[in-house]
This record gives sequence, structure tokens and C-alpha cells, in this order.
Amino acid sequence: MNEAFFDKKDYKSLDRVDGRLKVTGAARYSAEYQLSGLVYAVLVESKIAKGTIKSIDSKAAERAPGVLAVISHVNAIKVPGYQTSNQHPSEPPVNGQPLRAFYDNNVYYNGQPVAVVVASTLEKAQYGASLVKIQYEKEQHKTDFDANMESAVLPAQAKKNPKSPVADYSRGDKNAFANAPVKIDAEYVLPTEVHNPMELQAITAHWEAEDKLTVYDKVQGTQPTQKQFAKEWNLPPENVKVIATFVGGAFGNGLHNWPHETAAIIAAKQVKKPVKLVLTREQMFTMVGYRPYTWQKIQMGATKDGKLVAINHESVGQTSSYEEFTESTLQQTRMMYASPNINTRYRILKLDVSTPIWMRGPGEATGAFALESAMDEMAFSLNIDPIEFRLMNYTDSDPDKQLPWSTKYLKECYDAGKEKIGWEKRKMQPGSVRSGEWLVGYGMGTGTFGANRGVAAVRAELDAEGNLLMQCAITDIGPGTGTAMVQIASNTTGIATDKITFQLGNSQFPKAGNQGGSSTVNSVGPAVQAACNALKEQLKTMIASNGGSQAAFASAKTDDILFVNGQIQIAGSDSAKVDIGTLFKQNNIRKIETTQESKPDENRNKYSMYAFSMHFAEVHVHSLTGQIRVKKVVCCADAGTIISPKTAANQMIGGATGGIGMALMESAIIDHRFGRYVTKDFAEYHVPVHADVPHVEVFFVNKPDTLADPVGSKGLGEIAIIGVAPAIANAIFNATGKRIRELPITPDKLI
Amino acid sequence: MGDNHNPDQPENESFAESRRNFLKNSSLLTAIAVTPGVVAKAAENDLGEKIASAFEKVPLKMEINGVKQQLSVEPRVTLLDLLREQLNLTGTKKGCDYGQCGACTVHVNGQRVLSCLSLAVMHEGQKITTIEGLAKGDQLHPMQEAFIKHDGFQCGYCTPGQIMSAIACIREGHAENEADIREFMSGNICRCGAYPNIVDAITEVKNNGQKL
Ligand code: FES
Ligand code: FES
Repeated sequence: MNEAFFDKKDYKSLDRVDGRLKVTGAARYSAEYQLSGLVYAVLVESKIAKGTIKSIDSKAAERAPGVLAVISHVNAIKVPGYQTSNQHPSEPPVNGQPLRAFYDNNVYYNGQPVAVVVASTLEKAQYGASLVKIQYEKEQHKTDFDANMESAVLPAQAKKNPKSPVADYSRGDKNAFANAPVKIDAEYVLPTEVHNPMELQAITAHWEAEDKLTVYDKVQGTQPTQKQFAKEWNLPPENVKVIATFVGGAFGNGLHNWPHETAAIIAAKQVKKPVKLVLTREQMFTMVGYRPYTWQKIQMGATKDGKLVAINHESVGQTSSYEEFTESTLQQTRMMYASPNINTRYRILKLDVSTPIWMRGPGEATGAFALESAMDEMAFSLNIDPIEFRLMNYTDSDPDKQLPWSTKYLKECYDAGKEKIGWEKRKMQPGSVRSGEWLVGYGMGTGTFGANRGVAAVRAELDAEGNLLMQCAITDIGPGTGTAMVQIASNTTGIATDKITFQLGNSQFPKAGNQGGSSTVNSVGPAVQAACNALKEQLKTMIASNGGSQAAFASAKTDDILFVNGQIQIAGSDSAKVDIGTLFKQNNIRKIETTQESKPDENRNKYSMYAFSMHFAEVHVHSLTGQIRVKKVVCCADAGTIISPKTAANQMIGGATGGIGMALMESAIIDHRFGRYVTKDFAEYHVPVHADVPHVEVFFVNKPDTLADPVGSKGLGEIAIIGVAPAIANAIFNATGKRIRELPITPDKLI
Repeated sequence: MGDNHNPDQPENESFAESRRNFLKNSSLLTAIAVTPGVVAKAAENDLGEKIASAFEKVPLKMEINGVKQQLSVEPRVTLLDLLREQLNLTGTKKGCDYGQCGACTVHVNGQRVLSCLSLAVMHEGQKITTIEGLAKGDQLHPMQEAFIKHDGFQCGYCTPGQIMSAIACIREGHAENEADIREFMSGNICRCGAYPNIVDAITEVKNNGQKL
């Protein structure tokens, strides 16, 4: 295809390969494996934000019917990996000491798991948990970001390594802002947001033998989790099996292993039965990470005719007292626009809260809110159209890495989106377009995210009926990984998609990392291609050895070997048609198989690789009540080749929805008197619902980036959300003239 | 969950608690303690506990997906947990347990109900339909077909609830236009954000005019 297109329902695109399982309820998620002898675990949380546990009275709980054990630091078995050193056994994705389940009596935050009650039924475990009585020695806690911001520090990794991405950065003249003719100087705040996937975090832990552990776990990487638990329990990795066949959304919270997982494994070991542990919705706010509260400041300078001369961008993000979570909040400021002078400064603020973790679009989405708002503010001050202003400062190579882009088709995104949203209806002067009592505004925001690629391997097996089976340890948290991989395999071999199966979500399958950072298609896709090509090579050799008219296969190019109507042929020639069943019979085999690994190549050192997106929003604001309705969203993506248009478009729509949440409703609030969240369910923490999300138009440039990877894909998950929130904030400014720099933008801020 | 007992009366065991402990620990075992041997065996097999829990259960008749069920459940068990944990009908999902997300939507006598908000024993004699009961053999329900066609989901976790709600939404006459659909589907959260595709799926089924 490789032609740009708007999402429409008439292109040929594979239906989701696991769709039938999902619409019939047959798809099994981590809490849905009914193992024999299964018992239930319910966590007890700390009720103070800082201090120590003086005593735990578990007598009443232990006496309650059906309760098998009450486990806390007092009686938990020693986790071998916890004892070997002061360090957690894993290589944590964040610096510091991840929280160890029931390790000692320290309380680091309010809502920390401090005990677990195991019982024969869920209700009995829940009741048992309500009977556990804990006495604390309280210490003064710090949870208020604003009150403590001056205690922010440079992350340890930046102290050690001045080249770290979170170290201070400076390009050109450090003081250029001071002399800029036109200036913007503004602060932006993004509150804590919580991933809140619909599936509650769950683990079913089963010790199949004294030294053999199987977990059905809601994670984004089966093998990273396997490695973690192998170290934690001092087992050879092959003794740990991690199953995550279906993951009910995660958005980043499955990129870290959390104490509740180890709690369930400890419990299973102690009661000698498989244990199921499912978090409650309020525990989702304190036990599995969140997007950190972040303060930002941007100083932007430009010439009167619209050339950027300076950007200073500062950021402080919240983290826990025990781990240093960092993210790339400032990265796009360094590479997005052609400003000769740029300074960035990143700090973290340690508070008595749980550790954050990357949430969709992670730091880049946070950073884009500030950068793209500031760009809009500057364009307005200069009286230049915001798209024009961005084009005036467009870069044809990466000014940060000083490398050429592998590909960049952002201008195509501007053009397509501008037309679709009806940009010509936008007026520079805020409040000039009305529809009855509603003020109408248009806004846009740009997004970018690294076109990441990791190592992945795929096993492929072809049988005599022409069925292709592939396996990889990767997970699918929702984007439709299986569907995309089946499509890639079909494109590579010509085998009909209904004869191809892609199995995933099992640590025993070939190598894969986490599903995260928009890297799955870019990493696993090439391995699928490689495995398919290796199978074709085997077939080629087998066929050519038959001689006669089939000898021509020996010199055929691998790319040209294709299945056409179930028979193997050399494409574009009237070569012999070989029936696979006959071929296998002649060779006395039932199937052929191969495992192929694919990894990033040296192009990564020669080019700067990013995916880009452009989001447009039309927003109506009620002139009296300040009520905000997002009327239309247009999302345009330069994500390389689009493998599976239907699922890709859906992913973009999901990003737009997430962006609407960021812009207008999501905010987790702590009552600092207790250091405890007061928003801990969907009644208090608002996420977009049907009525909040309008029709979303999705446009793909669909040009391959084969420098990034052989599939030509640059990744989609993050750019789908990065830039949406500022597009909405900018549209609200255009509608009302009110510049809101603290998310979410709620009606009270507009009246 | 947690230790949220009444802080003013830390030593007071609740009535329910003492009753349960009483059942578990004393009378039953004593009552069946005909000989010391039986006591030993009973203790070994957790028999006391089993008897205690039998005493706490009530009989319940329901028809689930067309199958008549004779059950025995504790009164505190929600319909959702009964389906998921005892009947292995895990298609109905738990997304919050507080009636705020719609993932647990099932049909009770043809109407949509949040199964996390109702106790199983409230449904004596009623007909329950879950996502597993929609297809007729291999033949998917039109709403299931439409969800696949319009890609009305990503992770699939909210999907059973969305589909059960979607069918009810049409039956209720609340799918006359897209705005109505959005309004009357707003109790079903999809964090993956597949909303516009869900609306398309419902619109198509509605327009096809089949009786659902
Ligand atoms: S689980 Fe019942 S509404 Fe959320
Ligand atoms: S499909 Fe994932 S929550 Fe709706």
C-alpha cells in the first residue's frame, strides 16, 4: 500500500486475530486460571505515610473461618534474593531500592502493602483482612509537592554520568533567552495521573514444586518478569514460568515488578497452595505506579519574525523516597525545533509516596504539554499562525544528536490534519468563533517519540497442511500484536492469514523484552520476517534438490518465494507450483521449523530515529458555565509503515482518548494531612467515558522507515497520546482567551 | 481492604465475627465429637470449618445462560464473584467492584445489571445471561460480530460489559442516535479508548434492525 490514508472502514484490514476470544469472554486474563486447590489472598495496607509498624495483631483474622495464614514482615519466609545484599535482586528499571514485600517494619507511604491474608475463598480473605489490627510509630511525612519543591535533586544517574539523558543539557549560548526580542516565561503543572487499566492488577502464583514457580501475572514482559523472580527466589530462569496470554490494558504499570506480586508468591510458598491475588481499584493508585506530578517552566525566546532563538526548559518530577524514577520529559525540547540555544534541567523530588512508573507517552507526553503550549503562546504573541510558526522552526535533521533523521514526514501530517479539522475556520483572536452559547476553538499539538527497537526472536513452524505457527514471549496489552505479526508473516510468505497463528505471552517462547516504548512491531516484526524468510530458504533448498523443472528454485530470491493459493511458487515467473504436502511427503517430514533472532543494526548510530504525530482538536466551551466539550479530534501520524490499519487506527483513537483524560479530567489528589489519596476510584478519579469522546479522524503517512527496522515501522503507542493534551489546551485558549497551564482544565478554571 | 475496624472500639469484635468464630471453633466440633477419633479426623480435614461454612450458606436457584443451577452460596457473595470464582464464568469482568465501570454488566431477566453491585442471593429464580451465553454455538451474536468488524476494543477487558450493555441499550430504545448511544453507554468505561468504534458497532446493529 504505502500510500498515505485516512482511517476509513473500507480498506482491507485484518480483523483482530484474538477478537473472537475477546467478544465471547473466552480470553483468560491473569486472575482467571482456576487451578486446583486455588486459594485467595487479600492485602492489608499501611494507614500511615511514614514510620514503622509497632505491632500486628492478627489473632482475630487467624481465627476467622477459612483463613489459612496472615503473613507480614513478622512471619514471612525469607525471600532469598532479598537477603543476599542490600540491593534488590532485580536490575530495577529505576535507580534505588525497590520496595521489598514484608521485608521489615518500615512504612514508606500510605497504602503500602504490609500484610496479606490468605483464605479459602475471596470473601473469607476479604473479611480476614478487615480484622488485622496494626499499631504504628508515626513519623512526619512529606507528600506535598508544592511545599517541598525546593528539595528537588539531580538524579543519581546524572550525577554519576554527565552524559545521562537526565543530566543538565546546554546547546549554544546559555544566556540567549535574556536577549531575545520576544519572550514567553511560564510554568506548567501536570498532576499525578494513574494508569488505571480496566483489568485490576492480578497474579496467580503456583509453586509446582519446591523449586518450580509458575505465575499468571499481569505484566508487560514475560521474560523480564521471569528474570526478576528467578533472581528473587534464587532459581534457574527455566524454573520460572510467566504466563500473560491476555493483559487487560496496562499503559506502563506492568513495566516494573511490584511488591504485591512477590507477596502472592510468598503466600503460595507458605500455604503450599496456588494463590490468587487481585488488587482493589484503590490499591491501583498506590501499588502499581502512576504518572508523576510534574512541574515545568519554559522560557522561550524568538525574533519578531518568528525564529526561535532560545528555549530553557526545566522540570521537576515526583518520585518515592526509595527509588529514583526518571523519564524523558525534556527530550523533545532538545530535538523538535530549530532553536540554536537550548538549556534543559531535570530534577526529581523525593516524597513519602509510592514509586511512579512510565505511563503511556511517558515523560514526553508531560513535556509536550509544556512545550506545545509554550509554542502556542509564542505564536499568539507573534501573531503568527501556530502551524506556520512550527514550520518556520522546522528541522530537517536532529539538532540534538546532530544526525540526519532516518525519516520525518511531519509536514505531511500538518497538511492532512489542517484540512480535516477545518483549520481555516480558526481565527487568531480568541473568542471570535461562536456556536450559540458555545465558544469554539481550534488547537494543535505535535508529538514525537524515539523509534525504538530491541532484540527479539521468533520460532516458526510450518506443517504439511501449510499452517504456520509462530511463537514469541512478547505480550499484547491491547494494541493487537498478534494481528500485526500475522499480517507481517502473511506479507512475507503469501500464506493466508487464517492459516497463521501467533502465540505470545509465555516466557518459555523465544526472546522478547517488555511491550513498552512503542517498540513491539519494530522489534518483533523483524524477527517474524526473519523466521519466515528462514523457512522459505529451507523450502527453497528442499524444492531445488528435486531437480528438473524445480531446479530453478535454487537461484530464486528468498523474497520471491511465495505461497500462492496454498502452493509454493517463484513470484513473477511461471515456475513449477509445488504442493507443500507432497514436498514434505517426498522428504519424509511432517513439518519444518526455525527460530530466528533480530536485533538493531548500526544504522542506529548513523541516523536519528523518531516517530512523529500531529493532533488537532476542535473544542467548544460554554460561555456561561465553562463546560468543555471536545467536538472533534484529528490525529495524524508518521509512524513508518502501517502494518495493520484497523488496529493501528484504534490505537491512535485510544491515544486521543487518553489525551482527553489528561487535558480535562485526570488528577489523583493526596490529602496531605494523612499522605493518602482521596481520589481512589472512578467516582473520584475521572477518566473519559463514551460521552466525552467524539469522532476521531486518524491519518497515517504510511511511508516505510527501513533504516529503523526491516519492517519499516517506527512505533505508534506513544505518539498517539503525546501532543493531544496541549492541542486541547490550545483549542481552549483559542475559544476563551484563557491560558490554563495546570492540568486538568476543569470548568472552574474557565469561569 | 485493610484494617478499617472502628478505631474507637479496637477490642470489640463485631457480632458477625464472633458468630463466625463461634461456628468455626466450638459448637460444631463439640456437637459431632462422638468419639475422640472423630474429633481428630474432623480437625485433620478441616471438617469443622467445612461444616461452619455450610451453615453460612443458603440455597439458591438460578438459570444461568439457559442452564438451571442449584447452588449454595454465602449471602455475602456478589453475583460477580459467584460467576467468576465459583462457576468459572470469567467472561464477566471485575474492573472496580463499586458499580463505577460497567465491566461486570450482565443481563438479569433481560435487563442490564452491574453484577458487582448485587448479591447473588438477590437473584433467586431469575435468569442470568453472561457474555458466554450470547453466541449460539459457533454463531456469534450480531453485537459480537459488530464489535469484531468495527474493532470495538483493544485489550478486551471491558468488552464483555460493553457488549452486554450495548445489547440492552438497543433494547431499551436508547440507541436512536450517536449522542444517545454515547450517553447511555457512559457507564461502561474503556480505558483503551475504543469508544468511537464501539459507537459504530452499536449503530450498525441498531440499523440492521434485528430483534436482540
Ligand atoms: S466491576 Fe461492577 S461496575 Fe465495575
Ligand atoms: S478494550 Fe481495553 S478497556 Fe476497553
